[in-house]
Amino acid sequence: MTNVADILESMAYGPAPEGAEPATEWLERHGGRFGHFIGGAWRGADATDRFETINPATAAPLASVAQGTADDVDAAVRAAREAYAGWSALDGHARARYLYALARHIQKHARLFAVLETLDNGKPIRESRDIDIPLVARHFYHHAGWAELMESRLGDYGPVGVIGQIVPWNFPLLMLAWKVAPALAMGNTVVLKPAEFTPLTSLLFGEICEAVGLPPGVVNVVTGDGRTGALLVDHDDVDKIAFTGSTEVGRLIREATAGTGKRLSLELGGKSPFVVYEDADLDSVVEGVVDAIWFNQGQVCCAGSRILVQEGVSQQLIDKLKARMETLRIGDPLDKAVDMGAIVAPVQLEKIQQLVRQGADEGAAIWQPSWSTPREGYFYPPTLCTDVTPSSTISQVEIFGPVVVLMTFRTPAEAIALANNTRYGLAASVWSENINTALDTARRVKAGTVWINCTNVFDAASGFGGYRESGFGREGGLEGLWEYVRLRDEPPAGDAPGGTAPVAVDADAIDRTPKLYIGGAQARPDGGYSLAVAAPDGTRVGEVGRGNRKDLRNAVEAARKAEGWSGTTSHLRAQILYYIAENLQARHAEFAERLQVQVGAPADAADAEVHRAVRRLFTYAAWADKWDGHVHHTPFRNVTLAMPEPIGVMGLVCPDVPPLLGAVSLLAPAVAAGNTVVLVPSERHPLSVTDLYQVLDTSDVPAGVINIVTGLRAELTETLAAHDGVDALWYFGGDEGGGSVERLSTGNMKRTWVDGGRTRAWDHGPHAEGEEFLREATQIKNIWVPYGD
Amino acid sequence: MTNTTETRRLGRTGPLTTGERPGAERNPGVPLDMDWIRSLQVNRSAVERRAATIPKRRTVKKEWQVAWLLRAITCLDLTTLAGDDTDGTVRRLCGKARQPVRGDLLDVLGVSPDAIRVGAVCVYHQFVETARDALAGAGIPIAAVSTGFPAGLSPFAQRLEEIHASVAAGAREIDIVITRAHVLTGNWRALYDEVRAFREACGPAHLKTILATGELGPLRNVARASWVCMMAGADFIKTSTGKESVNATLPVGLVMARAIRGYREQTTHAVGLKPAGGIRQAKQALDWLLLVKDELGNAWLDPSRFRFGASSLLSDIERQVEHFVTGRYSAFHRHPMA
Repeated sequence: MTNVADILESMAYGPAPEGAEPATEWLERHGGRFGHFIGGAWRGADATDRFETINPATAAPLASVAQGTADDVDAAVRAAREAYAGWSALDGHARARYLYALARHIQKHARLFAVLETLDNGKPIRESRDIDIPLVARHFYHHAGWAELMESRLGDYGPVGVIGQIVPWNFPLLMLAWKVAPALAMGNTVVLKPAEFTPLTSLLFGEICEAVGLPPGVVNVVTGDGRTGALLVDHDDVDKIAFTGSTEVGRLIREATAGTGKRLSLELGGKSPFVVYEDADLDSVVEGVVDAIWFNQGQVCCAGSRILVQEGVSQQLIDKLKARMETLRIGDPLDKAVDMGAIVAPVQLEKIQQLVRQGADEGAAIWQPSWSTPREGYFYPPTLCTDVTPSSTISQVEIFGPVVVLMTFRTPAEAIALANNTRYGLAASVWSENINTALDTARRVKAGTVWINCTNVFDAASGFGGYRESGFGREGGLEGLWEYVRLRDEPPAGDAPGGTAPVAVDADAIDRTPKLYIGGAQARPDGGYSLAVAAPDGTRVGEVGRGNRKDLRNAVEAARKAEGWSGTTSHLRAQILYYIAENLQARHAEFAERLQVQVGAPADAADAEVHRAVRRLFTYAAWADKWDGHVHHTPFRNVTLAMPEPIGVMGLVCPDVPPLLGAVSLLAPAVAAGNTVVLVPSERHPLSVTDLYQVLDTSDVPAGVINIVTGLRAELTETLAAHDGVDALWYFGGDEGGGSVERLSTGNMKRTWVDGGRTRAWDHGPHAEGEEFLREATQIKNIWVPYGD
Repeated sequence: MTNTTETRRLGRTGPLTTGERPGAERNPGVPLDMDWIRSLQVNRSAVERRAATIPKRRTVKKEWQVAWLLRAITCLDLTTLAGDDTDGTVRRLCGKARQPVRGDLLDVLGVSPDAIRVGAVCVYHQFVETARDALAGAGIPIAAVSTGFPAGLSPFAQRLEEIHASVAAGAREIDIVITRAHVLTGNWRALYDEVRAFREACGPAHLKTILATGELGPLRNVARASWVCMMAGADFIKTSTGKESVNATLPVGLVMARAIRGYREQTTHAVGLKPAGGIRQAKQALDWLLLVKDELGNAWLDPSRFRFGASSLLSDIERQVEHFVTGRYSAFHRHPMA
């Protein structure tokens, strides 16, 4: 017995290990060998191509896992496809019962899951026990509710199909839950590929699926490394890929799926700012930093890894942080009294060490506590880097380890500029006791989640996901469901244009050659070339400018300069849309006539198109101040504000027909939501859009909010897709151009929306207008505001 | 606790040595600094989050747990503050204070009975002399609650007189109650002057200021009241009288511990912390020790800087100690009552 009298003197902490036996017994029951869970059965346990998963705290192997082959992936996708018909046909209540059962079973085996997760990943048992696993259960409960409510809340929508899901190693089971729960709730079936470092809890989850009697094939788990993931991404019969991981791999997946019609959601990296104002509760800020960057050894995509602190309190904060770092405890992750466990794998540890060395080489002051880390296993101490600037490598790149950089600022404006000085936009944390400062910063930081006076708080009811190169799509809450549904009916085909013979109309008496419309004025095309516009019978009806790269560059710059549009009131935006409609109505006859000449539309069809264009403007003027967010019911004492925000500068590539209604259908929702746009009109029938210049001029549209560049669609589209200053791109070019849009979008991981060659009925209901368009024109920011004094 | 390089300091400054053993040093206080008081910020949600995770992030098991529980006993102000106290019940309490844990249990643990004595016995003024006689030679100080405990609203002169009388009767520690109205109306100068006067009245006796945090409103007020009391020379700041509807909670303790740490950094003076009221279980005592160790350091895990105000806590600790020794769950009746 250790001498009680000695401890009474030293008042030291002793060991407090959580028993590993239930997890090791589970591993032994499987002989330490695992296969894949496919179609409700286990296969591949005898496969020869295998790899070992290790316990990073000891470097000892835990189990041998199969490397998923093309046959395995194919079998899994087939099983998911076979199960899809039955699963998607179940009513929501039946699916809710299954999800509820999954939640219950996870809770029943919570400690086994927690211990297994800690063994495989190296995270402290406190975190797997108190954070990961409870959130997993919560996610299934919450989505059991969405399954129940799908019909009443999302009646027009059905499932997407077979979903390929690839999850990372930092929160293995939690990321599984974030992906599987909403997919199943909405009636999809899934093939899940866990990370090769941490496959074990996914396999245990497979057993839970068996135990609750989930129909075979609804959930399939195929283990393996990146090659297995690539097989899943490339599989023809997968309808959607959902990926969480690094921006590099996300980019590869975007390229691989481009043009395939597969839907995609990506949760990628981050370098999230942690903004500390001088009026913050600094002692609480210190604990916030602990939660931000030393949670899960900093291996958190939304880790607050860039502390931005107001200059006057920076030394005070640094002193407090250093004192706190001395009291952090690192060690055996199964010890119930450690704050930090092991880094997941040697390769990750080396990456962290290399980046910190580079930081030091570039002049950063590196500070680590005086205590030493365990020699066995893969550990890295908490690290604070000062004397860094925004130019330092370590203040730009994601380190994915327990390393935080600290910089100072003088004013809120400077704090926001520094916060947004990153390619990423996953999360931000803002600390201030002044509600004005805090909410203003929250609103202006470009990030999908903003935590005020807290950090790394998650819940199933709130969406999580990125801006910019942190990816697109949301997980959690209502906003997360849209990733797993689509409008139930395929869009009915639009009316074929030009059914009847064109009405003969006199050519213009005076020659009018419209230029481009950039920054609120007509601009001559840079190249100095024009394109002829012909009627269906070949008659020349006019000319438009042929815009090129430089014209687009100028248009994007004009749109960027006009971003104040996003800060105008939605009431004002509505007024301007109404005004455009009013002025278009005033010139109804002229626009109808143009459609007859240009498209060869009969008079009544042309008339109807102009009428619909006016009405569409009314629709989005109406929506402008009604596209509200939500207040999510997260189980904390706080309000979680889910606010739709404009994406920024949007490129809009219009369908050829209907030339006027098509352009207005894209323009109006984008502008109503507060974006500024660069619009590429119909290549064949651009005159109906160039005619709008004068309408816009007379409708109080601020310069640069709407920019129009005519020319060759393919050429202009590629330039827009590759432009890193364009934040989102809609492509309704109606041919194979969508593939190149998706491929070229990877430069800045811009959000894309392509029609995949389908023709939309622009005159018809929900496919032509409404919420889908507004969702694509906005991104949800969740702002967590705790309260209480 | 390391020294800091702050540009702004309160009162006198001087280097600290790390890991120093606490002694019986007094807090002389510093001038009231209103700018400092007004700049204090406390975010309740963040404080509650930290307080909630302390017992989840830290735990002690087996030998460590029993050693920590024994330490908790040495930090205990064994208290009786009931309207029906008599000389007899106070003497019984003092008997328990001398021998808080059964000798046979300490023998097994290899701990000397001399090492395990309570921090103090805490009574009303009426019973100071009784306790003094009962504790003669035990080396256990007597604490008296004072200044119109628990409401603190008797005439000011009487409150001062009460302190004088208790000190004269043999109390070495005086637990005063502050005027809550001064906090609730933001009259920090009045609070400072009041505590300063109590401090002078104490003479050699140590001053514990009871904030009655359950009646102060926002946690920011707890922080401000803590600082004003420390600036005025409090040797301990204490959460509660035990008579408020909300007494010693971990979030309140965290705010007060951080105030003590800040005051230490700013002035070099060490002030003690005393949670009181509602602490009945060994597990709660451990949670408080974990909080104090992590927020203030080992130097505060000592009766000179940390006390529990409790009456029934000891019984639960004794049961846990016996459970450790025998491996069997214990019962209250197996331990001598206070």
